[in-house]
Amino acid sequence: MEPNYDIPAPKKHALSLHVDPSKFEKATAEEKKQQDVMAESTTFFKDGCRRLMKNPLAVMSMIILLLVILIMVFAPMVVPYSYDGIITVEGVRDKQAANLKPFEYSPREQQYMQKYNVKVFPHIMGTDELCRDYFIRVVYGARVSFLVGVFASMMVLIIGTLYGAISGYMGGRTDLIMMRIVDIIYSLPDILIIILLAVVFKETMDFSKLPVIGKLGTNMVSMFIVFGLLYWVGMARLVRGQILGIKQNEYVLAAKSMGASSGRIIWKHILPNCLSVIIITTAQEIPAAIFTESYLSFIGLGVALPMPSLGSLANAARSGMQSYPWKLVFPAVAIILIVLAFNLIGDAMRDAFDPKLKQ
Amino acid sequence: MAKYIVKRVILAVITMFLICFITFFAMNAIPGGPFNGEKAKSEAVMQVLNERYGLDKPVGVQFINYMKNIMHGDFGVSLKNGRDIALTIRTRFAVSAKLGLMAIVVALIFGVVLGCVAALNRNKWPDHIIIFFVTLFTAMPSFVMASFLLLIFCIQLKIVPVWSTTSHTYILPVISLALSPMATITRLTKTSMLDALGQDYVRTARAKGVKPVKVIFVHTLRNALIPVITYVGPLTAAILTGSLVVENIFTIGGLGSEFVNSITNRDYTMIMGVTIFLAVIMVAMNLISDLVYKLIDPRIQLD
Repeated sequence: MEPNYDIPAPKKHALSLHVDPSKFEKATAEEKKQQDVMAESTTFFKDGCRRLMKNPLAVMSMIILLLVILIMVFAPMVVPYSYDGIITVEGVRDKQAANLKPFEYSPREQQYMQKYNVKVFPHIMGTDELCRDYFIRVVYGARVSFLVGVFASMMVLIIGTLYGAISGYMGGRTDLIMMRIVDIIYSLPDILIIILLAVVFKETMDFSKLPVIGKLGTNMVSMFIVFGLLYWVGMARLVRGQILGIKQNEYVLAAKSMGASSGRIIWKHILPNCLSVIIITTAQEIPAAIFTESYLSFIGLGVALPMPSLGSLANAARSGMQSYPWKLVFPAVAIILIVLAFNLIGDAMRDAFDPKLKQ
Repeated sequence: MAKYIVKRVILAVITMFLICFITFFAMNAIPGGPFNGEKAKSEAVMQVLNERYGLDKPVGVQFINYMKNIMHGDFGVSLKNGRDIALTIRTRFAVSAKLGLMAIVVALIFGVVLGCVAALNRNKWPDHIIIFFVTLFTAMPSFVMASFLLLIFCIQLKIVPVWSTTSHTYILPVISLALSPMATITRLTKTSMLDALGQDYVRTARAKGVKPVKVIFVHTLRNALIPVITYVGPLTAAILTGSLVVENIFTIGGLGSEFVNSITNRDYTMIMGVTIFLAVIMVAMNLISDLVYKLIDPRIQLD
C-alpha cells in the first residue's frame, strides 16, 4: 500500500526522532531493482559442486577418469581383438605375434598388409607372450579394477551407513554392543583375513555359474565378502559419530514429538545431514578397493584366468621385465592414474563438501 | 586410565583369539586332511597317522589342542616339507624384521622431516613439491614401486646389485616398503604441525622472543608428533603386508615370500601359522601405539 504523503507531519518535539516523510523521496524503479535478489538460492549439494569445480586438480582428475571410462567402455567395441584370444591373420592363428613392441606388427601381419594393401589395427601396447593384444587386456584389467572398486565401495556404503545410523540413533546399550563389535572387527588385520578366506574359498566353493562374478572368479567373491564383513567399520564409525551430534538438534526432537517413526527420522532428518561424510568416505573407498584387488592379484589370489586385472598383468610382466619392460609399465601406470584420480577427487570432495573445513 | 588399559588389553586378547578361531576353522573347511598327499596311503596307515596327530578327535578338541600348542610356541609342521613351522618363522622373520624395522625408521624420519618442512613453508614451493610427491606415492602400490625400482636401478642402470645369496643390498626394498607409509606420515605431520603452529602458546612464545628454532623443536614439534604415534600400529601392518610382495619381487627369503609361496603351494599349516603370527604382531603394535598415545597426552579423553 502506498503511504499517504499528503497527511501533514505530526507535531513533534524538538528532540523526537520521529521522521518527517516529506523529507524523503520515492525510490525510482531502477533503484528498486537493485534490491532484487540477484543470486539464486543455493542448496548444499550445488554449493559443494560449485566449490568442487573451482578446484583445478579435481577437474583434471575428473577429465582423466572420464577419458579412462570412455576408453574402457568403447575400446572393446573399436579394437578388433579379444582379451583371451590369440591374434589371427586371415582366420589363421598368428603364433609369431608374441611379445611385440607397441605399434609393431608381426611378420605375418606385415605380409598380409603388403599383399592386400590394407591396414591391420595396430597393437597399441604390443602383445603378450601368448600372442594376445596387450592394449585390450589392459583395458579389461582396468574394467575389472573399476568394477571391484565401485562394487566394494557400494557395499561399504550400504552396510556401514545402515549399521552406523542404527547404532548412533538407538544409543544406550544397543550402541555399546554394536560398537564393541565394530572395535573387534576394526582390529582384525584385513589383508590377512582376505588372503585366508581367498585361500579357503578357492578350495571349497564354486561360483563359476554366477553371471558376472563367475568370470571374475572365486577370489573376487571372497574379496567382496571380506569387504562386506570388514571394510564398512570405518564408515559405520564415522556415520555414528555424525549422528550422535545431529540427534541433539531441535528439529529431531520436533519430529519425534510429532510422532515420526525412528526409521523416518533417520532417513529424512538425520542421514541427509551426514551425507557429506558418507559421499566422501565412499569416494575414498574406491581407490582402497582397487589397491587391495591389485595387491591380491599380484600375489596370485586375484581374478581367475584368463580374465586380466591390472595387478595380475603387472605380476605376469615381472618375469620378462628385462626384455619387455613396457608390459610392466602400462598396467602399472594405469593403476597409478586411476588411483591418483580417485584420490584427488576424494580429497577435493572432502574440501568441497565438509562444511567444518570451510574457510 | 587403568580401566582403559584393561579394556584395550581385553579387546586385543579377544581379537587375537578370534583370529586364531577364524584361521583354524577356515583352514579346516578345506577338504582333505594333511596326509591326503599325491601318493595314496592305505587305510591303516591313514588311521595311525590321524591318531598320532590327533586328527581323529572332534574339530573342537583339535582347536583346543592347537591353541595349547601355539601357546607353547609350537605351530606344527609344514605340510609340504615337514619342517617345523615355528623354526621357519623364527629364521625367516629375522630377515623380514630387519627389513621392516629399517623401513619403519626410514618412513618415520623422512615422513616427519618432510611434514615439518611442508608445514613451515606452507603454500610455498617446498610445500607444493612435497605434497606433489606425497600424493603420487599414496597412489602407488608397493609392488609397482618395487618393480619400477628393480627395473630402473638393477636392470636398466645396473647401479644396485640384484639381491642374491652373496649380496644383500637393502636400499631398494626398504625404499619401496617405506615410501607409501612415509607419504601418510608426511601428511599427518603436516596437518598436526599446522594445527600446533596455530596454537596460542606458540604465538605467546614467539611474542616473547623465543628463537624460531626453539619454538619449532620445543613448543610445536613435541605436540605435533603425538598424532603420529597412533599411526605406528597401521604402519607396522602396512609394512608387513607390503613385505609380502616386496620380498617376492626382490627375491628376499623373508617371512613374506615364505607366506606367498605357502599360498601358491597350498601349504595350509604354514599359512595358518604365519597368518596367526603376523596378525598377533599387528594387533600387538596397534595396542601398544594406542596405549602410548593415551599415556603421552593427558588431554586426550578416555572413553
